[in-house]
Amino acid sequence: MAAMRSMSRLLTSRALNTTIRRGYAEEMNFTFAAGNQVFYDGKSVKQVDVPSFSGSFGILPKHVPTLAVLKPGVVSVYEEDGGVKKIFVSSGTVTINEDSSVQILAEEAHPIENIDASAARELLTKSQSQLSSAANDQAKAEAEIAIEVSEALVKAAE
Amino acid sequence: MLGKAVVQNAFFGQQQRGMATLKAISMRLKSVKNIQKITQSMKMVSAAKYARAERELKQVRPIGNGAKQFYEQAEIAPPEDVPQKLVIAITSDRGLCGAVHTSVARHIRTELAKDDQNIKVVCVGDKSKAILSRIYGKNIILACNEIGRLPPTFGDASKLADAVLKSEYKFGSGEIVYNRFKSVVSYQTSILPVYSLQSVAASPKLSIYDSLDDEVIQSYLEFSLASLLFYSMKEGACSEQSSRMTAMDNASKNAGEMIDKLTLTFNRTRQAVITRELIEIISGASAL
Repeated sequence: MAAMRSMSRLLTSRALNTTIRRGYAEEMNFTFAAGNQVFYDGKSVKQVDVPSFSGSFGILPKHVPTLAVLKPGVVSVYEEDGGVKKIFVSSGTVTINEDSSVQILAEEAHPIENIDASAARELLTKSQSQLSSAANDQAKAEAEIAIEVSEALVKAAE
Repeated sequence: MLGKAVVQNAFFGQQQRGMATLKAISMRLKSVKNIQKITQSMKMVSAAKYARAERELKQVRPIGNGAKQFYEQAEIAPPEDVPQKLVIAITSDRGLCGAVHTSVARHIRTELAKDDQNIKVVCVGDKSKAILSRIYGKNIILACNEIGRLPPTFGDASKLADAVLKSEYKFGSGEIVYNRFKSVVSYQTSILPVYSLQSVAASPKLSIYDSLDDEVIQSYLEFSLASLLFYSMKEGACSEQSSRMTAMDNASKNAGEMIDKLTLTFNRTRQAVITRELIEIISGASAL
């Protein structure tokens, strides 16, 4: 009797364990913060797509730990309730840790619906003229970065 | 010899003039009242600045925590074979705010007292530079000012991070010393760790991270240094404003006490003067 009870306890505790572990695996502790605004802080989301210099990739819960540097572009966040939020980022980092927590830190980020397409195009032409008038290497590099960001902005706004 | 004695006597004569005159008291009273006005308005200004700083700090905290997380999760330790350390002191240009700047400087000074060969300091804000340059001037590799007039921005932090990386000082590990804001009345001098590429690459837990090369880690560390600096500057600014608010509140209270005391002495003296004049008149009349 006693043995049976202990065995049943063992079974229930194991069942409990697996449910906890599974619950854990499906959760993604997602933080998305920018210099100007915080979008998510420790929230659980389904999936995140990020543009990085080593290629764009999607992050699902239990992604392998990695680090990446963000490229100017659109981060798509698939929320738990099925909604998709698209946010433009200029630059930043992505950290995926062992415990399935994901941090996106951006220098500046805005939802794409706030982007004005004509202003973005204006910025692109301005930075292109900046590149042609750049005197030294540093100014040239700065203008190239400006072009890259504004190209991504135009693309995101369309 | 005689001349010296005369000079000394004259000096003493000036010192022991007995009761202050009415004029002197009213001048002091006026100046204390003016000082109280100044401290009161400084308090109001810093209260408004503090409210803004705290609102912004709430926004920035996730950035700081996110940037810190990687170092904690990857269990990066300072390398033992590279003893060079970098210490970044987060203060500002402005004083009159209690002990926020001195507590940062004191923290760094105790560390420098232990080992002043391998530690180099980056001073953010004039105050830490002024305090540290007296004894450890040769340890300061970089100092910047014009901090604290306006709220710090990410642009400021990235310029600073750029300057730190361009200083070509090879460090194994480092720390940012700043005041962490706890509440209006308290702050805590804390440190945030900073690591170089070598120490991150040497970490045993780094192998679990996928597809990393040195370039990615380098850019990652540069950005994370900027975010950490941004976060600590925000914390420092908020602690400074709240501490200035309390300091100015205390100063106004003390000025109020002083005004009370001086008014009392002023009235007593005024009465004494009137009485003396009356006595003089009466005794003069009775002598006739």
